[in-house]
Amino acid sequence: MEALLRTNQLCRRFGAVDAVQGVDLELFPGEIVALLGPNGAGKSTTLRMLCGCLTPSSGTVTINGLDLQRSPFAAKRAIGYLPETPPLYRDLRVDEYLNFCARLRGVGTDQLREKRERVKSLCGLGDCGRRLIGNLSKGYQQRVGIAQALIHDPQLIILDEPSSGLDPNQIVEIRALIRSLGANHSIILSSHILAEAESVCDRVLIMHRGSVVFSEPLGRLSEPDQQTLTVVLGTPPQRETLAALPGVAAADALGSGRFELRLEAGCSSGQLARELALRDWELRELSSGKSSLEQVFTRLTTVDRSAAGA
Amino acid sequence: MRAILAKELRQLFHSPLAWGVLAALQLILAWLFMLQLEQFLQIQQRLTTLQSTLGVTALVIAPLIDSAATVALLMTPLLTMNSFSREYQQGTIDLLLAAPISSAAIVGGKFLALLLVLVCAWLLVAAMPLSLLVGTWPDIGTLIASLLALALALAGYAAIGLWASSLTTQPAIAAVISYAVLLLLSTLNLTAGAAPDSPLLVLSLSFHLQRMLGGLVGSGDLIYFALLVATPLLLTVMRLRRLRGGG
Repeated sequence: MEALLRTNQLCRRFGAVDAVQGVDLELFPGEIVALLGPNGAGKSTTLRMLCGCLTPSSGTVTINGLDLQRSPFAAKRAIGYLPETPPLYRDLRVDEYLNFCARLRGVGTDQLREKRERVKSLCGLGDCGRRLIGNLSKGYQQRVGIAQALIHDPQLIILDEPSSGLDPNQIVEIRALIRSLGANHSIILSSHILAEAESVCDRVLIMHRGSVVFSEPLGRLSEPDQQTLTVVLGTPPQRETLAALPGVAAADALGSGRFELRLEAGCSSGQLARELALRDWELRELSSGKSSLEQVFTRLTTVDRSAAGA
Repeated sequence: MRAILAKELRQLFHSPLAWGVLAALQLILAWLFMLQLEQFLQIQQRLTTLQSTLGVTALVIAPLIDSAATVALLMTPLLTMNSFSREYQQGTIDLLLAAPISSAAIVGGKFLALLLVLVCAWLLVAAMPLSLLVGTWPDIGTLIASLLALALALAGYAAIGLWASSLTTQPAIAAVISYAVLLLLSTLNLTAGAAPDSPLLVLSLSFHLQRMLGGLVGSGDLIYFALLVATPLLLTVMRLRRLRGGG
């Protein structure tokens, strides 16, 4: 299948700082991809380059076979972009704003009304058309932000932290909306919330210090890791004693009698439970550890940080 | 570009700022017009006795248009200061940069919207000297040259204001930059003993404005105003390109 979006060695420098270095991405039709990474990893910079707001220092972005630098207008018509801060004019009404966004992307007057009403109903803005954007709640403003990205029916939707600043109910609604959009569009969204990626995406990319350090389909990553267990003990022994147990490869003390134990290959949680129960440590809790995604994320994005801090 | 133009006009006329600027401009100039006219009526007899060549064009219309240019210089930066600064502040600049339109179309749309507001101001100012046609016959050539000078100066103010606004996220700083540039251009001719072909005179806005208010429209003046409009607009387009990182 031909990729809808492809980047080749995308780089962006700001002065002496390499914000993004050598990023190669591919996004296929109908795919929802999460771009994860800690703050400052280069996610927003990458997304701004993908939508043409920022010119790469080197490298290329190809959308639908069109080079974004050489054929910017044709390529940009295929993109809908929601920046981290929704780009809203607070003094316009919702309908006025959506009309403007549609005209900006070349939607003809004859289709304007139909497209506007379609995205309004899709984003749950049916009865907000006459309201001033500045008077809407944060959640509704975010919906208007998403609606503007969809109004010209783009093939590729780029969402930069779509659920930032929303309350838990709004986050659930926005995620449901993104999932429903995934049926007809390709979506790339950035986030630093792993649960968000796990709940809506097909594939995750992890960025750290401007580079993509991980790219895998989500399917097996979201399964809890059976080889890492968390135990809570009422009368805990020394960490070293736990690490020396048969079948335990490593142990980390998390405080308050809580430990994270990494099992050796071939050792099951049942065997460990038996070992712990035989000793007088008052086993209170035994649970599977972090999801693989969380582990991968932590491993890839904290190792260098501690090295850099040393 | 039409989408930007329509949006800008809607925003300009939705806010009380454009209405306030137009009202203040009209109020001040109507007052000055009345004062000039009153003074003229007082000295009209004496002018006739002295067989002076000075008439209503030189004594009422030229000072009025001159004042209009000065008042507009103080008002226009207030209109233009939000043009780009507000887009930066609200983050809406990304909406424009990600859209399939060129930087020149963004700048052109915004400039035309400002120009349309200033055309309203220009029409209101022009109505005052034109109302004199009811009772007297001013020098039509000079009147046209004066109104043309005002129109060109207004376009220049708008272009410089737009450029200043593209430089900063703070509207107040954009206004300060506009005032600094416009006042500097207006006072360049005040240098003592400047020769007629001194570069300072050639660069001075007031010098070209005064020549045209006197009824003299030279190709040099027209080129000056064309550059006064085109240069800041070009710099604004370049500024937007730099924002994308292409410059």
